[in-house]
Amino acid sequence: MPMQPASTEIASRTAAIVNELKGLEGPLLPILHELQEEFGHVPQAALPVIADGLNLSRAEVHGVVTFYHDFRAQPAGRHVLKLCQAEACQSMGSEAVAAKVKQLLGIDFHETARDGSVTLEPVYCLGLCACSPSAMLDGEVIGRLDDEKIEEIVAEVRS
Amino acid sequence: MIPRIYVPADSGALALGAEKVAKAIEKELKERGVEAKIVRNGSRGAYFLEPMVEVATAEGRVAYGPVKPSDVKSLFDSGFLKGGHHKRWLGAPDKIPFLAKQTRLTFARCGIIDPLSLDSYKSHGGLNGLHNAVAMAPADIVSQVTESGLRGRGGAGFPTGIKWKTVLDTKSDQKYIVCNADEGDSATFADRMIMEGDPFVLIEGMAIAGIATGATKGFVYIRSEYPHAVATMNKAVAIARKAGVLGANVLGSPNAFDMEIRVGAGAYVCGEETSLLNSLEGKRGVVRAKPPLPAIQGLFGQPTVINNVISLASVPIIMDKGAAYYKDFGMGRSRGTIPIQIAGNVKHGGLFETAFGLTLGEIVDEIGGGTASGRPVKAVQVGGPLGAYFPRALFDTPFDYEEFAKRDGLIGHAGITVFDDTADMMKQARFAMEFCAIESCGKCTPCRIGSTRGMEVLDKVAAGIEAEKNLALVTDLCNTMKFGSLCALGGFTPYPVMSSITHFPEDFKPAPTRVAAE
Repeated sequence: MPMQPASTEIASRTAAIVNELKGLEGPLLPILHELQEEFGHVPQAALPVIADGLNLSRAEVHGVVTFYHDFRAQPAGRHVLKLCQAEACQSMGSEAVAAKVKQLLGIDFHETARDGSVTLEPVYCLGLCACSPSAMLDGEVIGRLDDEKIEEIVAEVRS
Repeated sequence: MIPRIYVPADSGALALGAEKVAKAIEKELKERGVEAKIVRNGSRGAYFLEPMVEVATAEGRVAYGPVKPSDVKSLFDSGFLKGGHHKRWLGAPDKIPFLAKQTRLTFARCGIIDPLSLDSYKSHGGLNGLHNAVAMAPADIVSQVTESGLRGRGGAGFPTGIKWKTVLDTKSDQKYIVCNADEGDSATFADRMIMEGDPFVLIEGMAIAGIATGATKGFVYIRSEYPHAVATMNKAVAIARKAGVLGANVLGSPNAFDMEIRVGAGAYVCGEETSLLNSLEGKRGVVRAKPPLPAIQGLFGQPTVINNVISLASVPIIMDKGAAYYKDFGMGRSRGTIPIQIAGNVKHGGLFETAFGLTLGEIVDEIGGGTASGRPVKAVQVGGPLGAYFPRALFDTPFDYEEFAKRDGLIGHAGITVFDDTADMMKQARFAMEFCAIESCGKCTPCRIGSTRGMEVLDKVAAGIEAEKNLALVTDLCNTMKFGSLCALGGFTPYPVMSSITHFPEDFKPAPTRVAAE
C-alpha cells in the first residue's frame, strides 16, 4: 500500500488548498478535485478542515464527497483502468471485455489488485461511442478494444 | 510554403491511435529532413476513418485513413505530402460520402481548423456572430434566436430564445450563463467534439448569450470523463480572454463577459439542469423542484440561462447568417440542423449533422451502413440511456422532436445506438433499471427505490416466475416512475424499459418457453 501522509500534513495541505480556492464561486468541487489530485483520494482528515474553511458543517461536506462517484475514500492502485459499460459499448461486447479483464487481473469492478498495481472501475460512457468498446487507462483513452489491446493493457498495468 | 499535416487530437481519434501516428509522422519528417507543420485538429466525425490524416496541397486538402503508425513510412514513400496515391488515400475530405451528405452549420469548422488558433477560427467565419451581437440591443438578439426556431439540443427541446427572454426580463444585479457539458448519455459525443475541435464557437455562443440577457459570468460544467475537452476549453478561454473576446469589454464593446471551466465528478444525474446548478454551487447534485425556473432563480439563486453545448454553439451561425437562414433547414417545429451521433454496433459510426427530417431507417441503414458485425439490426436506442428502443418496424419515423414523441420515444441529445440480433432486450430493460439505480440522486422515491424494485421484478420475469403478473407489475411501476419523478432520470427510465417490452415481447417470455419456441 502507498504510504499514507500523516494527518497533520493532510490538514495543512488541505488548509492551503482551501485558502487558495475559496474565493471561487462554488469552491467545494474544485477543492475536492484538487485534494484528490494531491493525495490520490479525499482523506477523511481533510473534511473538518474544508468544513471549517468554507463555513459548512462536516455533515454537508461528507454528503457532497460521498455523492460523487469520482471521489475516493481510499487511494487507488498505481493504475486506474475504467471500462465503459454503457449501451453503445454493450452493443459491441463490453460485457465480454469486462469478464476477460476481470479474469486476467483477478479482480472485480471497484477492487484494487492486492499488489496495488491497478484499480478496476466501470464507467458509464467515455463519449467514444463510435469506437466501442472503449476504456480509459490513467486518463488515456482506448477504443475498439479487442483481445490484443486487452492483453497490452494488462501487461502495462502489471509492469 | 511549409506543408501542413493534420492529425486529429480529438479523443475518439486518440482512442484509435492518433497520437502514435503523429509521433511516427514527426519521426519520419526528422529522418527524411523534410520540413512540415503538424496541426492537431479536431475530428470531422467519421470515426470509421479515424485516425484520418490530412495534408494541405495546392489543390486543397487530401485525406488518408484510417492510418496506422505502420502506414506512415509508405505514406511518405507515396508522396502523400503532395496528395499522392496510397492504399489509405481517401481524396478530398469533403467529397467522402459520409461527410459530403451533411449540412454542417454548428460543426462547420470542426475537424478543419486548428482548435486553438483564434486566427484560424476568424478566417473561417468565427466571431462574425459576436461582432453583430455587440452592435445590437439585447432584445433584438433574443428575438433573432427565438425566430431561428432553435430548441434545446440537450434533449428537452425547449425553445432557446424563450429561455433567454425570461432571463433578460428578470431584473438582477448578477445573472449567469451556464453551459451544460455533462454529456453523459451513451451514444453521444457531439459536445465533446465541439469542445475539442472548435472550442471558440462555444465561447462565442456563450458571450452572445451573456450580452443578450445581461449576464456577465459564464460557467461550462464539463464531465470529468472528458479530460481532453477540459484541457482544450481551458486553453481556449485563456486565449479568448487575452484577445479581448472575453473580459470587461467584449470585442471592445461596453459589454462585460467572462467565463470559467468547471469539472463534474462522475454523477450522471448532474446532466439534469437543476442538479448541475447544485453541483456548481458545491452541493450534492440533487434535483431541484421547478418552479422556480432556473431562468428566474438559477445558479446561486440568480437568473440563469442553462443551455446545452450544441444549443450555445449553434447561436454564432444564427447571429452571423440570420434567423431565417437557420430556420430554413428542418421540418415542422424542429428547425435547423441536428448533429446525429451514430454509435454502437454500426459500420459507419460518427457524427452526422443534417437538417431534421431524415428517417431513422435512412440514418441507420444508409448513412450508418448497417451493423459493424454484419448481422441484422434488431433495435436502435435513440436518445441515450433514457431513450426508447426502436424496432425495424418504426424505421420510417422522421428525426423530429414531435414525430419521436408520437411514437413514445425521444430524440434526446440525438445519439443512436445500434444493436444487432444478438441483443437481449430483457437484459437491456434490466440495465435501464440498474443504471437508474446507480445514478439516482435519491430525491424522488419512485426513482430511488423503484429502479431497484424494477430490476428485481425483471429478474423474476427472466427466471420464469409468474411472468405475466410480474410484467404487469413492471408496467405499473414504470407508470409510477414516469409520473412520480421530478427529473428525466426517474421519469424517462420507463422509455427503454417499456419500449423493450412493447416492441420485443418475445424476449420477455420466460426462459423455458423461449427454449421450447426455438
